[in-house]
Amino acid sequence: MKVRLLLSTGALAACLAGQGAKQPLPRTPWGDPDLQGVWNDATSTPLQRPNGTKDTLSDEEAASFQEELASDLSRDRRDGGADADVNRAYNEHWMDSRRLKITADHRTSLIVDPPDGRIPPLVKLSPDREKARAARAAANARFNAGLPETYRDMSLPVRCIIRTDSPPYLPTIYNNDFQIFQSPGVVVIAPEMIHSARIIPVDGRPHLGPNLHQWLGDSRGHWEGATLVVETTNFRPDDGVIFQNADPDTFRITERFTRVDADTLNYEFTVEDPHTWSRPWTARIPWTKIDPDEQMYEYACHEDNYDLVHFLVGARGREQKAKQ
Amino acid sequence: MPDRLRSTRIGFAALVAAVLAVPGSAQPSPAGASFPPYRAPRLADGHPDLNGIWQAFVTANWDVQDHEAQAGPHPELDGAYGAGPGGQSIIEGGEIPYQPWALQKKKENFAKRATVDVSNDETRHALGDPELKCYMPGVPRAAYMPFPFQIVQGSNPYILVAYEFASATRIIRMNWKQEAPTPSWMGWSRGRWEGDTLVVDVTGQREETWLDRAGDFHSDALHVVERYTPASPYHLLYEATIEDLKVYTRPWKISFPLYRRMEKNTQLLEFKCVPFTEDLLFGKFGKSGGVR
Repeated sequence: MKVRLLLSTGALAACLAGQGAKQPLPRTPWGDPDLQGVWNDATSTPLQRPNGTKDTLSDEEAASFQEELASDLSRDRRDGGADADVNRAYNEHWMDSRRLKITADHRTSLIVDPPDGRIPPLVKLSPDREKARAARAAANARFNAGLPETYRDMSLPVRCIIRTDSPPYLPTIYNNDFQIFQSPGVVVIAPEMIHSARIIPVDGRPHLGPNLHQWLGDSRGHWEGATLVVETTNFRPDDGVIFQNADPDTFRITERFTRVDADTLNYEFTVEDPHTWSRPWTARIPWTKIDPDEQMYEYACHEDNYDLVHFLVGARGREQKAKQ
Repeated sequence: MPDRLRSTRIGFAALVAAVLAVPGSAQPSPAGASFPPYRAPRLADGHPDLNGIWQAFVTANWDVQDHEAQAGPHPELDGAYGAGPGGQSIIEGGEIPYQPWALQKKKENFAKRATVDVSNDETRHALGDPELKCYMPGVPRAAYMPFPFQIVQGSNPYILVAYEFASATRIIRMNWKQEAPTPSWMGWSRGRWEGDTLVVDVTGQREETWLDRAGDFHSDALHVVERYTPASPYHLLYEATIEDLKVYTRPWKISFPLYRRMEKNTQLLEFKCVPFTEDLLFGKFGKSGGVR
C-alpha cells in the first residue's frame, strides 16, 4: 500500500514537472527536432474573432459554446423544403468530432495578431485585380445558382486541383489530417486533401527560379531552435491558389512548426501582402498528434469526381427547362 | 536476352563476388546481374538508406512487354510528339501470362485507350487509359512512369513515396498488421526488411488502374510484392511479383534499375495534371456544348 502510494505520488510529481519544467523534446537520430507522425488541426475556434466577443473564454463559457455547437449541428432541421435540406446535409455526421472543441487556451480567434483577432482591412485593389475578382465572383454566382457554364466556373477544390493542401493550413469541416515525414535535410508535410506531399528542403538550397510557378508554391525550411521555419514562394497566379487571392508577386508567407510536447505541435503562420492587406497578420493553430491510434488514408478526388459532371449536366437541364 | 549473355560472360567474376559478398546482402537478380556487390550506407536503425529522388528509364509505361516505336492515338494532331519509343520487355520470360479472355480484354483496352466518357457514373471508368485522365497510377506502374519519385525514409514506422505524376503519394507502413481498410488508387503498402532489401506488400488497389498504355490490366485481386535493393550509390534494383488469379494464369515478375537523379538541387516539381484533362473529360458538358 505504502509502496503504491509512493509510486503514484512520484508519477503525479513527474506529470506536474512535465507541465512546468521543459521536457527534452524528441529529436531525430540525425539531431533535428522530431515532428514525424500524424497530426490533426481540427478546432471550432474560428479564424476571425466574432465581433463583440472577448478574446478568451472562461472554462464555463467554453463548455457551453461547445455544447451549443454540438446541438446546433444535430438539430432536426427539416423545416425548409428539399433544396434547403440538401444544403444542410453537412451536419455533424460529416464533421470531425475534434472540430467541436475550441483551442485548449479557449481563444475566440485563431488570429493572434492583430490583437483584435481580425484579418486586417483590405487595401484598394489595382484595376486588373479588381476585374479578376469580379470575374471570379460572377463565376461563383453562376455556380451557386446551379448554372455553371463550364468547369471553369467551379473552384479549385471542386475541380480537385488543390484543396486544403496549399499553405496556410486552416481547419475545415473534415479530413484535417497531416502526416509529417523527415529524413536528413528534408521535411515533408502530407495533407490528407489532396494526397500531395509538400517536400520542404532544409539543406540551405536556393528557391526555384522565378519562372517556375507551382500550385503549392516552392518551400524552403530552416531550424530556429526547436522550430521549423518555412518560407514559400513561386505560387501560381490562378484564382484561389493564395488565401484571399493575394498578389503572388508580393505575397509572403512564413510558417512556424514547433513541437510543444509529445502530443502537441504549434502551427503559426504570418502572411503579408501590401497589395492586399493593410498590415501583416498571424494565426496560431494547435495540431494534435493522433498517431498511432489513427492513420491517414488516401483522399482521391479527381478520379471519382462525379459531382463536377452532375453540376454541369444539371445546369444544362435547367437551361433547357427554362427555354420550354 | 542481352542481359543473360552478359551475365554468362562475367559469370566467374560474379561467382567470386558472391562468395565474397557480405552475408545478408542482396542476391542480384537477372536484371541486376551487371551490378557488383554493394553495401549501402545505413540509417541509425541499421537499415540501408534509400532516401533520394529516383527514376526508371525503361519504356514500360508504353508497354511492359517488348514493343516497337509507335505513333500515338492521334498522329494527325500530335505527329512525333505523341509517338512512343520502342523498348524491351521488363518481364521475366517476356510476356504477361494472361487467361484467354483477359488477353482479349487487353486488346479492347488498347483500342479504346484514348476514348473517355464520364457522363455515366456507373461506366465512367470503363474506357480509356487512367493515365490519360490523370488518375493516380497504382503500383507497379507508378515506379516506371517517365517521372521521378522521392523516397523519404526517416526514423518512424512510415516510409513515404512521393511521385511527381499527379502528386500521387503512398505511405509504406513498416511491419504493419492491419489489412487494407478499403480499396485505394495507390493501394495499401506494408513493408519489411529482408537483409538489404525493402520488401513491400501491396494489396487493396482499385481495379481500374492499368499497367501501361498498351491496355495491360488487372482486377481487384491484384497482389504486388515489390523489392527495392540498393545496387550502387546511384541505383536501386526494382523487382516486383504480380499476382492476380482472376486475370493471369500464374504470378509473374518484372525488374529494372531505378536511377538516382543527380542534377544539382534537383527536386520533384508538380505534375498536377487535372487541368490538362478537364477539356477532354468535362468540356462537352459546358454551355457551348464543346471545349470552353
